[in-house]
Amino acid sequence: MKNENTIFSTHDLAVGYRNGSEQVILLEGLNLALERGKLVALLGQNGAGKSTLLRTLTCDAPAMAGQIKVDGKDISSMSQKDRSRLIGLVSTERIQAGALTVTELVGLGRQPHTGFLGRMDEDDRRIVRQAMVDAGIIGKADSYVASLSDGERQKAMIAKALAQETPIIILDEPTAFLDVASRIETMRLLQTLAHDRGKAVLLSSHDISQSLLLADELWLITTDRQVLTGTTQQLVADGAMDSLFNNRDIHFNPNILDYSF
Amino acid sequence: MNHCRYVITVIALTLVLVLLALACLAFGSVDIPVDRIVDILSGKGSGNKAWDIIILQSRIPMIATAALAGAALSISGLLLQTTFNNPLAGPSILGVSSGAGLGVAIVILALGGSLGGLLGENMGSYMAILVGALLGAGAVLVVLIAFSAIVRSNTMLLIIGILVSYLTSSVVQLLNSVATEEGVHNYVAWGFGNFSGVSVAQMPVFAGIIVLALIASALMVKPLNAMLLGSRYARNLGVNVTRSRNVLLLITGVLTAVVTAFCGPIGFIGLAVPHIARLSLGTSNHSRLIPATILAGADIALLCALVSVNNPHGIIPINAITPIIGVPIILYIILNRRRIQYFN
Repeated sequence: MKNENTIFSTHDLAVGYRNGSEQVILLEGLNLALERGKLVALLGQNGAGKSTLLRTLTCDAPAMAGQIKVDGKDISSMSQKDRSRLIGLVSTERIQAGALTVTELVGLGRQPHTGFLGRMDEDDRRIVRQAMVDAGIIGKADSYVASLSDGERQKAMIAKALAQETPIIILDEPTAFLDVASRIETMRLLQTLAHDRGKAVLLSSHDISQSLLLADELWLITTDRQVLTGTTQQLVADGAMDSLFNNRDIHFNPNILDYSF
Repeated sequence: MNHCRYVITVIALTLVLVLLALACLAFGSVDIPVDRIVDILSGKGSGNKAWDIIILQSRIPMIATAALAGAALSISGLLLQTTFNNPLAGPSILGVSSGAGLGVAIVILALGGSLGGLLGENMGSYMAILVGALLGAGAVLVVLIAFSAIVRSNTMLLIIGILVSYLTSSVVQLLNSVATEEGVHNYVAWGFGNFSGVSVAQMPVFAGIIVLALIASALMVKPLNAMLLGSRYARNLGVNVTRSRNVLLLITGVLTAVVTAFCGPIGFIGLAVPHIARLSLGTSNHSRLIPATILAGADIALLCALVSVNNPHGIIPINAITPIIGVPIILYIILNRRRIQYFN
């Protein structure tokens, strides 16, 4: 499963949370690998542990066991600053940045690379501009973040992650609050970033049919707490898609790439 | 365009600062002709000993105290609003001032009649009061950090701050009931809020601590801006969120405690001024917000000082003036929160 393109990998990783003194393990024994230039979609039903897995991968939650490595180096032994140059995050957290311009917001993505006071030089400004071009938000460069639509806001956050110049981008439900057109646009953008920019992109999504169409690879969290990985075609052919939900009446229909009764 | 607006705002706020300082120099409870004031400032003396003393030992220290205290409280408010992600946070509403006040009360009432004047000229006694204020403010900040981890709601945190204020004032009342009359009198006078309480001898300590803490806040621009995106994004941008928050709250505590110890628990400036700065600049970017907040805070406090001492019937307490300026601004913010950029 691993090859020379692998940049991000987990080794017998267990994820979960602590409830007082007791550990609740949601998923364990995970040996996952993320490759450069690939768009990977993480799918699973609510409560399956998608968000916890992503929080663990971005070091927002501690691993319950095992290791996470970037280019063979354990990320738990890295400084926060080093990690911030390897993994860029896009989440759906509420932000207070309405009175920043899009350029200022995307400029925050340069923080891992700037000095103590965060001053940007010509190079930084050029990278910020290019990130806004790549994310298709350059037309709104001088607009307030508060004036953006949900789709535009997501593009601005993706531009922030691009300005961060990390080889890995992790997105927690990036299409959750978007309408259909913005969802497809966002997924297309992420696909382009993976294929043309060589980024390793991992996103979690509720949106099965679009994930299947555009992702190169899927990570499926099944109802019996396994994580199945593979290309879309493989997993569909194996019937793995039916292990995603508990309900016996819902079946995956390969013809429409979605679930039906 | 944004840069232009910033430059114009900073120049305007600086001009207002100079004008208000001059007005505070020229107008007060005693009429002193302007040419004599110029003589006093140039070192020649006015020929009237009392006037010399009023200008050099009363008005100039008051101007410096008001400007520094206003800047300090406003920066406290700004740092609290960003760290707690709460536009209605401020040192007085969150109970930080009351905590400092409780510390002050314990020291003043314990020292009782031994204090001369408001804080006492005695280095030992006002240092004791300063330490009391720092410990009190620090204790409230620790309580707020603990509660902010448990209650996620912004409104609830404000209510906890208000409850803390009630609690500290009830403790102060209990202390009053066993204190000497002079101690109680000193404490009550302190509670009115006053920019005339810092003597020339105390000024280096007061100004030194505030200037250092203001510089420290300006060095925190990078984590402050990252925290606008919330703690998860901030961590992802390489910010050590826990450490940054502790540093920011330490700066806040020091600023609030020093001002509270010397000037009394002054309300509304810390809450309202950051909003004046945001509204006039149209940004949440702290690299611009911090200078504008310092200047606007100094302006508002000088305005309060000017009004306070220019009443023919005696001095008006500062705390009787700040709500008149602060409340309309807060109401404007609350009523327009859908329209104002930084709430969205």
